[in-house]
Amino acid sequence: MSAPPHPDYEVVIGLEVHAQLRTRSKLFSPAPVTYGLPPNHAVHPICLALPGVLPVLNGGAVELAIRVALASHCEIQSRSVFARKNYFYPDLPKGYQISQYEEPIATGGWLDVRVDGNGARRRVRLTRIHMEEDAGKSIHDAAIAGGATHVDLNRAGVPLLEIVSEPDLRSPVEAAAYLRALRSLLRYVDASDADLERGNFRCDANISLRRHGESRLGTRTELKNLNSFRFVEAALEAEIRRQARILDDGGRVVQATLHFDPQSGRTRVLRLKENADDYRYFPDPDLVPLVLSDAQIERVRSTLPELADARCERFVLEHGLAEEDARLLCESRALADFYEAARTRHGDADVAKWIRRDVLHALAEHGLEIEASRLAPEALADLVDAVRSGRVTAQSARALVPELVLSGGDPLRLVRERGLEAVSDTSALEAAVDAVLREHASHVERLRAGEVKVRNFLIGQVMKRTGGKADPAALRRVLAQRLGEGAS
Amino acid sequence: MVALARLALDEDELLRMARELDAVLGYVASLSRVDTRDVPPTAHVVPLATPLRDDVPSAPLDPDLALASAPEREGSSFVVPKVIEAEEEG
Amino acid sequence: MAAPLGTLRECREALAAGATSSSALVEQSLARAEACAHLRAFVRLRADAARAEARESDRRRARGEVRSPLDGIPIAVKDILVRAGEETTCASKILEGFVSPYTSTVMERLEAAGAISIGATNMDEFAMGSSTEHSVYGPSRNPWDLARTPGGSSGGSAAAVAAGIVPAAIGTDTGGSIRQPASFCGVVGLKPTYGRVSRYGLVAFASSLDQIGCFARSAEDVAVVQDVIAGHDPRDSTSIPEPAPRCSNALDGDVAGLVIGLPREYYEPAGIEPGVLAAVREATAALERAGAKLREVSLPHSEHAVATYYLIATAEASSNLARYDGVRYGHRAQGAHSLSEMYRKTRSEGFGPEVKRRIVLGTYVLSAGYYDAYYRKAQQVRTLIRRDFEAAFRGCDLIATPTMPETAFRIGERTEDPLRMYLSDVYTVSANLAGLPGVSLPCGFASGLPVGLQLLASPLDEARLLRAADAYQRLAAHHLARPPERG
Repeated sequence: MSAPPHPDYEVVIGLEVHAQLRTRSKLFSPAPVTYGLPPNHAVHPICLALPGVLPVLNGGAVELAIRVALASHCEIQSRSVFARKNYFYPDLPKGYQISQYEEPIATGGWLDVRVDGNGARRRVRLTRIHMEEDAGKSIHDAAIAGGATHVDLNRAGVPLLEIVSEPDLRSPVEAAAYLRALRSLLRYVDASDADLERGNFRCDANISLRRHGESRLGTRTELKNLNSFRFVEAALEAEIRRQARILDDGGRVVQATLHFDPQSGRTRVLRLKENADDYRYFPDPDLVPLVLSDAQIERVRSTLPELADARCERFVLEHGLAEEDARLLCESRALADFYEAARTRHGDADVAKWIRRDVLHALAEHGLEIEASRLAPEALADLVDAVRSGRVTAQSARALVPELVLSGGDPLRLVRERGLEAVSDTSALEAAVDAVLREHASHVERLRAGEVKVRNFLIGQVMKRTGGKADPAALRRVLAQRLGEGAS
Repeated sequence: MVALARLALDEDELLRMARELDAVLGYVASLSRVDTRDVPPTAHVVPLATPLRDDVPSAPLDPDLALASAPEREGSSFVVPKVIEAEEEG
Repeated sequence: MAAPLGTLRECREALAAGATSSSALVEQSLARAEACAHLRAFVRLRADAARAEARESDRRRARGEVRSPLDGIPIAVKDILVRAGEETTCASKILEGFVSPYTSTVMERLEAAGAISIGATNMDEFAMGSSTEHSVYGPSRNPWDLARTPGGSSGGSAAAVAAGIVPAAIGTDTGGSIRQPASFCGVVGLKPTYGRVSRYGLVAFASSLDQIGCFARSAEDVAVVQDVIAGHDPRDSTSIPEPAPRCSNALDGDVAGLVIGLPREYYEPAGIEPGVLAAVREATAALERAGAKLREVSLPHSEHAVATYYLIATAEASSNLARYDGVRYGHRAQGAHSLSEMYRKTRSEGFGPEVKRRIVLGTYVLSAGYYDAYYRKAQQVRTLIRRDFEAAFRGCDLIATPTMPETAFRIGERTEDPLRMYLSDVYTVSANLAGLPGVSLPCGFASGLPVGLQLLASPLDEARLLRAADAYQRLAAHHLARPPERG
């Protein structure tokens, strides 16, 4: 278990994520969902809230919402209601957002999240999942808008899924891990690109502190729009420090919404919750309740890929992988697919170890994910197979992996071109062994005298001499033979 | 309430509005006498199966047409007076 | 002096017989509109466009291509339905100069049928009112008595038909805004079942109550227009999926065995002008003589209908009108230094007092702490009102009532007393709350002013409704009466 975030207080965190759904058109209008277009180039009268327009629900968005709810073990409501959330803001053209309030599409559910490098997992429960439309963008930047505000409604009406967790998280590290797991899940079922940088995966956090053993929750504050994983952890840590200081001084934490300033590393109160707007929610009379039959839900379930848990179990039972390795590979669909493609090539599940130890390691050094690997799974499998059959040493092969992963290339051709084939040719080996035994005669004496460890030194020297290409098994054989040891 | 609706009324108008609304509210208070235990609120007068739209995008509106009635525009953006931070969602 | 146009049937037959042309009808209509300008039935004419469309219609007819019984007929449309490239203001300053880039479904259907709108008619601002006095353009007048209102909010359309400017006109009805003006102006006005006519392109007032309908001189004429505008629209999520039955096929004049319910709560003598009650009773008696059966029924929650209506309608309106903020279209106040000042000034300048009243009331009704007591409670009582009708319709086919407890009131008489204005909707609002189709027919006069008989039917039953209305109009000719000509 990682160190607790604060010695005196228990930290309680709940996260609210808004993920943009991967539909082609908007939630209630047929306008296209786009990225990077000039302002107001992707709007329809409905997006502009022109007089007389009406919303019609996008069936594709509903399907994606169901996929996410199924993958996170939620209870899908057979009847859910769209409600209007009323407030005024220039990027909210209707003066209300169509969302879901008392009757969301799904409730309950959970995610199992890996919270540290040792495989410890925590089950984080979900409160609810609901659908709502995104607002447009207000640009206050003086460089663009001068002393005014510019409004771009391209994003207005894009479908969002709001996923609310129970306050089950106990540290900033866990919070970041939960977000990664959620992002994985969303991508797993192709519901969202869930790309923080592009703004289609946004997170708000609720955090409070309480003394250990206390059962009542402390007063919580809200941190809004944390738009990178690093910021999430840093912001939460800053807020923990701020709240702890207040409590240490005997003060009371006030409910508020805060912003995180990455420059100063501090959280700043944006507005006090006491002044919260009254949203006057009521069921949208332009829409009818969303009624879903069991048949509809089952049909969506049948289109889902094998979900992470089932796949993980299959890797353990059928491929003989260790549970921890299987879980790791199943954290993302792309990674699990990569592993399976590699394994299928030669039926060798050992590729799992190579993926974890070498491929992922190389990618992590550059902050990349498996999708960025330019080494194809089949090529990796071929390399591993070459090692298994002794054509190349593990050491040589492993050294090639970072380059292959980052720049691509055909592994076996590289081996040939660089002369990395394992030296198992006996005469070459004998020559190398003889040379080493001559040079290190004193070590040979000590070995004969019984210092067993010296053998490894000699092996290492031969390896060096052959540029790491000596096939280990052949090397041992030749060494033993040259030392005059009996047949092994 | 007037502020929540983004209206501004002068002193006279406010007084008159308050009086008129008092009368109306006094009248609608009669509803509290109706027994509505176990009565579901009307969701929709004519029950319908949920109409769903296929996820097929249509061509967007020509931006010039979209902005044709804009009181103030710059390029293809709508322009409004600056939002003061304290006003966000207020 | 431009003569009034005939009924829709007369116009159609004249066109079919070659006795007149669409161009001639449109010219006559425009001339009549000019001559009746004092009624202020219209806020805007589209003379050039109408003439061009008339020429087109005549060319089609010459080729033998007649699109529908409305092809080439001049009509009028309430200034609340959008049409691409044309101004729509809902008689409000806040939409001054607003030109829509898209066309409403109803306008598309009328256009496709060859109907020719000669202009937009006056209304109460955003359809909020019962007298067409709350218009930024000034009040409309009742052709039967220029000192009186034509009713509202579709007063302009009713007056246009009553004065013979057009044989048919489109209006909207949220709490009686078609039926009440029809009653005051002595014409036929139909509010279809909720969901029967698409609301796409109808500027929304109260979404769960609004319906588009039409005015004409006879039930037969109304049926023709209804057939053109009704039907499922995938762009309206509250649109009834089943195809609409053709009403104009169903008019066989037969009421034998038809059971007509008379709800006792609508016939309390203390609440109705005596002349109105007498005319309505005579009308129901005529139907009985023709073979219908009259039966007393009860709608026990009627006394709560107006309160229920105003809570729901204002709540929905307060939300629907939030989009009028000066950001993307319409009026924007000058000289505002901040966004919130801009919002406040724009909306305060742009909305009239009745609209402001309803927005504030509606905001209150939905606000935290009051939602359950007001909005939710009203929706529950609405369920009870619907159930009252369901129970009543188990014992009868149609319900007959006076449309209004009175005849047209004087302009200026009620503008200072909003509550009194609201209470006069007592007979019409229930049909909107329950989603029922309802029609108002001229059934006589009281003190020289028209009286309306209201017929209500079960949801989806417009055909039966219009059949009974048409049958009545074969027995009594009140609908053929015309207001006196002014020189």
